[in-house]
Formats: sequence, C-alpha cells, structure tokens
Amino acid sequence: MNAPSCDQTLLLQAEFDGELDAAQAAALAAHRAACPICQQAAADLAALRARLKEEVSYHRAPERLRRALAARQAPESPTRAAPWRRLAASFAAGAALAASVALFVAPEHPGPADAVVSAHLRSLQPGHLEDVVSTDQHTVKPWFDGKLDFAPPVKDLAAQSFPLQGGRLDYLAGRPVAALVYGRAKHEINLFVWPEPGADLTPEAATRNGYNLVHWRSGGMSLWAASDLEKSELEDFAARWRQEP
Amino acid sequence: MDQRPDESDRLLFEAAILPHLDAAYNLARWLMRNAEDAEDVLQEAMLRALTYYAGFKGENPRGWLLQIVRNAAYASMRLNQGARSVPIAAYAGGDEAPAHPELADPGDDPEIALLKSRARQGLDRLLAELPVELREAIVLRELEEMSYKDISQITGAPMGTVMSRLWRARRILTEAAKAAGGKS
Repeated sequence: MNAPSCDQTLLLQAEFDGELDAAQAAALAAHRAACPICQQAAADLAALRARLKEEVSYHRAPERLRRALAARQAPESPTRAAPWRRLAASFAAGAALAASVALFVAPEHPGPADAVVSAHLRSLQPGHLEDVVSTDQHTVKPWFDGKLDFAPPVKDLAAQSFPLQGGRLDYLAGRPVAALVYGRAKHEINLFVWPEPGADLTPEAATRNGYNLVHWRSGGMSLWAASDLEKSELEDFAARWRQEP
Repeated sequence: MDQRPDESDRLLFEAAILPHLDAAYNLARWLMRNAEDAEDVLQEAMLRALTYYAGFKGENPRGWLLQIVRNAAYASMRLNQGARSVPIAAYAGGDEAPAHPELADPGDDPEIALLKSRARQGLDRLLAELPVELREAIVLRELEEMSYKDISQITGAPMGTVMSRLWRARRILTEAAKAAGGKS
C-alpha cells in the first residue's frame, strides 16, 4: 500500500518547483538517472500539476466587490473628503458593498458620528467585540470600576428583546469610553457612553456609511448607539433604553 | 485613535494591493470552501490590510495580503469550530461522504484508502477534502505559484514543513487520482 520511498523525494520535489540551484540540480540529476522511484515521482508531479491546472477551480473575486473598490479609485470621485473611512466601512459591510451608492452621501453634520462608526466597525473584527462577556448587568457594571473615571449606566434589555451581551473599553473622540454590546437577532448594537456636560437631548438618528446611529444625552452622559439594524429598530432600542430605570 | 493613511498612502495601497484581489479571494474560497464565508473573510482581510498598510514596508504585497487573508480565514474557522468537525469513522464506511469532511492529517494509509474511494468525485472535491494545512500548500504552490519561502511566510510554517506538507498533499492527490483512473 505504501508507495516505495526514496530519501531524495523532497529534493526531487524542490527541483520540480524550481527551488534548486544549478549545483543541487546536477547532483540530483545523477541520482535520478539511477532511481526508478524518483523517475516515477517526477512523472507523477508533472501529471498532477497538469491535472490541477486543468480541473481545479480558480475562484476570482466577485465582480461587485471589484466594482465597489474600483469606484473609489476614480480621481474625480466625490468621496474625496474621507475616502479611507468610507472604503473601510464598505469593506466591512457586505450589504454596503452592494449599496455602495449610499457611501457617496456627504456627511450631514460634524461631531463624533464618524468616530462612532469607526469604533463600531473595529469592534466587529473577530475577538474585539467584548472584553467582559456577560448578560448580567451586575457583572458588566462593576467590570468598568477602576477602568474608567466615570460609572457608565448599564442596563439589560433582554425583556425588550435587546439582550445585553457584554462590554468593553474603547477609545473614542479623544477619551476612553464605555462600550456596551447588545444583541438583536443576529445584529450587534454598540452603545458608546461617556460623560458630557449639557442639557439632556432627545434621541436623534443619523446614518453613516450604511450604518445607523442614534444619539442622545441623559444625566450628563453622551450616548451613541451604532448598528446595522434598521433605523426604526435602533430608535426603538434607544427609546426602550431610556425608559428602563 | 485610528491612524488614517493619507492620500498618497491610499494610492499606494490601491496600486499594490488591488491587483491581488483575485489571489486573495481564491485563497479565501479554498480555505473556507464556500463563497459566502470566503467573501466575509475577504472583506475582513481587506479591512485589516487597509488599516495596517501604512506600516507595511515589505517588497511582497501579494504575500503580505495572502498572509492577512489566511489569518482572517483561520480566525473565522476557529470561531466556527465544532460545527464542522466530523470524525473519520462516521463516514469512512459509507458511500455518501458529507459535504465537507475535515480529515485528520493523513500521511498514512487509511486516509489514502479513504481518499481513493472518493476519487471519482473529481480533483476539485479531493482538494477541498484535504486537511487545511495541506490544502493551502497546494493552493499557494500550484494555483498561486508562490515560492517555498513565500508559502513559509504566509503560513508561518518552517520551509521543511512546507516541503513535507506539499509532498504529502501531492501524494494523496496523485494516489486518489490514480485510483479514480483505475476504476473508470
């Protein structure tokens, strides 16, 4: 059953792959002339390569992905202002690729909205979402003690179908912030919280790069919810969060 | 907070990286073995490439990108572990192979025998059924025509390991293909 072996086969393979220099190749050629195992192996390698070229699929990148990238290469592109952020966002969101036209919309107003979306996207990279994984607000809240110079309000909204998944520290708008992670079906919501003086503000929705944001201020805290959820659902999340004691 | 590359960096990135998009997708597709996961992996990888390109000083952007793709694919496979590990004994005797059996590292006869029995399903299928370390070696060498040194860098395996993986992979595919040829 075992193929007969020869201790020169890896060298033979290296020669086949063009990895030997002339001296090594010459030495191998002398051996090979006298070794039927190597002769067979060389024939097998060549036959397999031919079959692989012929029969195995080479998968080219999907055209819509290529188009989405190419669109950003045009020098007259109106995305000039902040092409990198938009490109990054479009890469991260499959849906946004298909609807790349949405990315050409100019920012509606300044503020930390872009930074919030960047932080949201960063968090979606594998292993980045939560530092403390818990559905229990009484675990998540104390976890922030000593890590931040403020105590973020932590609420579980499992009863309202937005279960708390965990929290992490993030860095946003030039300061450390609390990020609370909520789930809704298969979607994630990042709720960024940091202290901000000023009167309470009622929730206001915005869209960046295909992501929805809702911002409000309450009790001296600025709150930004970011998600790929529908706008209405994210507004619902904000409303329920505010109602929850 | 985030290092945002400037305009010239962006143009350099596009010039250096975008020509290798097909190679990146092909590797992702062969590692993940389905289009949907491959696309997720590619998007993740391009995002990482974009983020870290400013710090890339090497001369081999293709290898650099493929390394990122490979890492992203392995991260994704780790996340999905458990869902797809199929013990060999569960299907070795049956006629119907599961869609994506993950074989233990072969190098010995039972696996080769098993693969022979699957040979009629074509080389595409055989390659997909190779253990991922052997599969990526073949894809990088035969489909992408990378050097041993590049494959070693991309996979993080020593050169000798790359050579023995390639040899094992080729031997399995050859035996299986011969078995198929003998039957028809």
